[in-house]
Amino acid sequence: MSLAFYLIAGLSVAGALAAVLLKNTVHCALALTVAFAGLALLFLQLDAQFAGFAQILVYIGAVAILVVFAILLTRGSETPRHIYSRNPLIGLVIAAAIFAVFGWAILNSTSSLPNQSAKPTVTVMDIGNALMGRYILPLEIVALLLTAALIGAVIVAMHEKDGAQ
Amino acid sequence: MTPLTGYLLVAALLFAIGLAGALTRRNAILVLIGIELMLNAANLNLIAFWRYSPHPEALTGMMFAIFSIAVAAAEAAVGLGLVISIHRHTHTTDLDQMNRMKG
Repeated sequence: MSLAFYLIAGLSVAGALAAVLLKNTVHCALALTVAFAGLALLFLQLDAQFAGFAQILVYIGAVAILVVFAILLTRGSETPRHIYSRNPLIGLVIAAAIFAVFGWAILNSTSSLPNQSAKPTVTVMDIGNALMGRYILPLEIVALLLTAALIGAVIVAMHEKDGAQ
Repeated sequence: MTPLTGYLLVAALLFAIGLAGALTRRNAILVLIGIELMLNAANLNLIAFWRYSPHPEALTGMMFAIFSIAVAAAEAAVGLGLVISIHRHTHTTDLDQMNRMKG
């Protein structure tokens, strides 16, 4: 494990913690951007260049901005008196239990995967060829899904005229 | 500790943080942020398994992660649209006050 991995992992975990714990909603959205950037760096660390840059474009460029717009449109930047639900302890216990189970399973399993140090030589061209060849049907379905989601999101959030159903 | 174990532990930690956020926060937008963190943790798992798999040139895990990113983007757009729509009707994003099915 290299020092870079620990630094990037610490950055993304700190960003995620801040996104969940901070009081001000806008600060939460900005911390979420830090967590997304840390995850993109982890993808690059794993030699997945395309996924890393797709993560930056989609999450930092689109999802984080959408979250900020939603916060501003719903006046969520006003900090309310209670930011946690009535029984936050229950949620914390569930999350801690799930992390304990995951950690136990990860640390106790012997990986059958060969721990190869050789970098996978996968270029963006290979990914494009795979998307246009073997994975053409999922690609079309995702295109349809994105179109439907875009139209659906606009219709759901569209301002209705008063009195009109 | 192998590199794969490290990445899987980070992903598990991010998933737990996202789950805790989704379960304990009151603001609907912050619940969506928690869900996004959980989806990202799953993506990190997929990419890590792809990197340390015997045949990374088969691109299976990479494709799964790319499609997962696209589906998560669609989910975020629809989810935030719903939050804005609910806020227009009830003038709140507090989940504890959204206790009516009728709009």
